[in-house]
Amino acid sequence: MTDIRDSLMVGRSSDGRLVRRPLSPHLQVYRPQITSVLSIVNRATGIALCAGALLLVCWLVAAASGEAAYAGVSAFMRSPIGLLLLFGWTVSLWYHFCGGLRHLAWDVGFGLDLPQVHRSGWAVVIATAALTVLTWIVAIVLM
Amino acid sequence: MAEFTLPANSKVRTGKTHVAAKGATRLRSFKIYRWNPDDGENPRTDTYEIDLDACGPMVLDALIKIKNEVDSTLTFRRSCREGICGSCAMNIDGTNTLACLKPIEEVKGAVQINPLPHMPVVKDLVPDLSQAYAQLRSIEPWLQADTPAPPDAERRQSREERAKLDGLWECILCFCCTTSCPSYWWNGDRYLGPAVLLAAARWINDSRDERTGDRLDALEDPFKLYRCHTIMNCTQTCPKGLNPAKAIAEIKQLLVERQG
Repeated sequence: MTDIRDSLMVGRSSDGRLVRRPLSPHLQVYRPQITSVLSIVNRATGIALCAGALLLVCWLVAAASGEAAYAGVSAFMRSPIGLLLLFGWTVSLWYHFCGGLRHLAWDVGFGLDLPQVHRSGWAVVIATAALTVLTWIVAIVLM
Repeated sequence: MAEFTLPANSKVRTGKTHVAAKGATRLRSFKIYRWNPDDGENPRTDTYEIDLDACGPMVLDALIKIKNEVDSTLTFRRSCREGICGSCAMNIDGTNTLACLKPIEEVKGAVQINPLPHMPVVKDLVPDLSQAYAQLRSIEPWLQADTPAPPDAERRQSREERAKLDGLWECILCFCCTTSCPSYWWNGDRYLGPAVLLAAARWINDSRDERTGDRLDALEDPFKLYRCHTIMNCTQTCPKGLNPAKAIAEIKQLLVERQG
């Protein structure tokens, strides 16, 4: 930590010597809360979506470059690793979408009371699962 | 900046165990964070076995019992023992709360007690709150008005105006919320944190205050206010049942509304 709080990390012992104070434990001891866990997952899925967008661009560039390039990328996407990445991307997409709607509601002042926060949190989790399954059912039927 | 691990001098080691006296009927372990500025050592966790049949119901009762009967060097803040002074705020069983309002029976297994998270430690369970107090001072938490009060009467408010302060004035400044906020852990040098922003909202919403515009100006800052990402740990942990996250959201709304 190198900010103004650093000045408070210096204290004195009983006989007046300067001593470096410890920082109290934070992430190490704070019990995961539904509030903080859903929040960090929202951020993680946002980052995952950026990576997923690169995958999408690869696919589009391959499609524009010709049949051989497209076949290569397409084969990768259908491989177990490719399918796993696509699955992760759909989970991230739906979680971030539903979480985004929740944040939008908060920003206009709705659903900020704690029972509502808990309900909408679980709703996001359930909706993500349902929408992901639905997406894959549609994908498998169309494939 | 976010640093997810503790500095080398802050890593917590295993400390001593104080076994309960013979004949104890209902044993419970209390694992308590200790740090002494005089011994030059890292913090440690000491374990105290307490007979709950000879102890009051709250975590604070156990702490006082330990200090009185087992280890007088244990250091913590306490005063009112009824949730109104905010002194005994600490991290109990992984969440921040007031030791005097936390029943021991609510905790399963050993009771872990740490100081409020991500703060400089003065000794044992006593954190240095200077930064949070300085931030509170920065929002000027007092009534400011150019219009003088009526010479022989108080400044009047309607019932509706007074009702707008409910949920804001009850804050006891224990800083459980501020120190539960990951955003404050990482950016507490410039982010004001939920407790101070709740206090700001208390004066912004006061019909008698005439500095609302200046107060909003002061908060319109990417760090002071907008490091709030609506994580909601503050509201989740408030021992008084207040909602700092909602108060912050309302300040953000006021800032948008006044842009027209």
